[in-house]
Amino acid sequence: MGRAFQARHANPKGSRHNKCVAAWEHFAHDADIGVVGTGATRAEAFRQAALALVAVVTDPAGVRPLESVSITCRASSDELLLVEWLNAVIYEMAVRGMLFGEFSVDITDEELRATARGEPVDVARHEPAVEVKGATLTALEVREGPGGWRAQCVVDV
Amino acid sequence: MDLSSLTRKSEHEWWIPPTGGMRVPGVIYGSAALVRDMDEKVREQVTHVAMLPGIQRASYAMPDAHWGYGFPIGGVAAFDPREGGVVSAGGVGFDISCGVRTLHTGLGAGDVEPLVARLAQELSRSVPAGVGSRGRIHLDDRELDAMLEGGARWAVERGYGVEADLDRIEEHGRAAGAAPSAVSPRARRRQQDEMGTLGSGNHYLELQRVAAIYDDAVARAFGVSLDDVVVSIHCGSRGLGHQIGTEFLRDMAASAPRFGIVLPDLELACAPVDSEIGQRYLGAMRAGINCALANRQIITHLLRKAFATAAPRAALTLLYDVSHNTCKLETHTVDGRAKPVFIHRKGATRSLGPGHPDIPAALRDVGQPVLVGGTMGTESYILVGTPESERLSFSSSCHGAGRAMSRTQALRTWKGRQVIDELAARGIVVRSPSPRGVAEEAPGAYKDVSAVVDAAHAAGLSRKVARLVPLVCVKG
Repeated sequence: MGRAFQARHANPKGSRHNKCVAAWEHFAHDADIGVVGTGATRAEAFRQAALALVAVVTDPAGVRPLESVSITCRASSDELLLVEWLNAVIYEMAVRGMLFGEFSVDITDEELRATARGEPVDVARHEPAVEVKGATLTALEVREGPGGWRAQCVVDV
Repeated sequence: MDLSSLTRKSEHEWWIPPTGGMRVPGVIYGSAALVRDMDEKVREQVTHVAMLPGIQRASYAMPDAHWGYGFPIGGVAAFDPREGGVVSAGGVGFDISCGVRTLHTGLGAGDVEPLVARLAQELSRSVPAGVGSRGRIHLDDRELDAMLEGGARWAVERGYGVEADLDRIEEHGRAAGAAPSAVSPRARRRQQDEMGTLGSGNHYLELQRVAAIYDDAVARAFGVSLDDVVVSIHCGSRGLGHQIGTEFLRDMAASAPRFGIVLPDLELACAPVDSEIGQRYLGAMRAGINCALANRQIITHLLRKAFATAAPRAALTLLYDVSHNTCKLETHTVDGRAKPVFIHRKGATRSLGPGHPDIPAALRDVGQPVLVGGTMGTESYILVGTPESERLSFSSSCHGAGRAMSRTQALRTWKGRQVIDELAARGIVVRSPSPRGVAEEAPGAYKDVSAVVDAAHAAGLSRKVARLVPLVCVKG
């Protein structure tokens, strides 16, 4: 495992609604790792970015959606909302000892409401590579381009 | 990095002359080869730090510097509050007080050889490591406050170690001025199951053999001889520190405009030392330092229990404990005048020269031990602080190898099982719950730690004392 989900990862579920491809990927950073989510909407790009975050730890496809956790966060800009969102996911995974494999995300104005679904860490099955300490403001970008939305930043591991 | 854009002051010292908004020059230490291999981002980040209010002398980068966030990793900067100086959450980083502790075992390589398998088993069983691992010590709010105030001293008072341990830890095992009340409920909750855990990523627990001695007199003073076996711990303040970093990075980025601070990079998030948020961060960050010191102290206790089972003749005593992600109030000479300044060391080790009063009495004549971790397949080093490090870098030196390759690239290059087998063939036992984690931490993904240490030695930041090679490595 490992190689397949380090490549750009298209998500057919997200791409059904729009020609823009919903996907996540990683980008290189010296000590840490960058996460990117893309999609037709800002919410979809944020959802994909969260999958990219989980993929730093394990293959999100291998996480069973057995338990749901509600997450709400607010921020004054799209960029800071992305950081708040990823940090909320990191926090919930840390304190619950869980990994998430699915997310649903809604964003209205400055507020994000989401449900994360996952299960407790199973070291043998998930082979978790590394804890994520926090989302940083480095290479932080949320923008809408001709191909859709892109949300990215570096996370500290 | 393009060397032609730098002014070479000496063989291992490269300057970025102050231009634009820079208040002081940038100074990068390293050989031509090391500096050439540094990302251009290091130059940009050193330059940005030089623009912050109240910065003193220079914005420094150690020989292992690499692209961080805001500050480079391997960055050192000092600020004077009387000149509007700042404290920066980005200048300390998420893993507050991450550091290295090395313990003597009292055993030689010959004693340990027949016990290696047993020790590997006991060490990996005794210290919780990796994603989702939980500590066996759970603190209620009152005990958590006591831990955040007391650091390693709290741990020793609760039976995790002995009084003599404290003398061999920076600040005698306790950062003064911690403010547990400045630590948020979320940071507290994140720590509730993580006391006495190692973490993951580049954190490790290593049984090491002394493979070379470079300075007999200092090695003798440190109690280190050829073929001795030591054990080293590399970890930090766990979830509590990460959450403090996360929250203050956000809050300081938001408050900077209020103080008229222009951030060339949002990640340089900082506030005047004398501001309310600056003081609150210092209180929380010092509580984070105490959490890291308590954590390494509890792990020491777990190690002693593991050795009591697997190698009862061993006696684990501290050589020293260094922290390499901190901001500390220290007195340094600037423009010929000694003054208190707030030193940020982000991926840099304090390196006090001989005679400094903060060095334990037994080591004071030779200087402070500087512990530099390598990778699981290569080597680690013990160095000693130099008299000239104060002038060169506010008494700071390198902290490790530094990554040469991203995690993504490492995962494309190696498989965990292959790395474990190759190291086993070289006599190094690796224990980890995560093969993928091992692949990402493969020795080849890091720079050559020997080149980094040689540069620190040649530049005068610290001097080589001994080289350690791994026998057993426990990774998260």
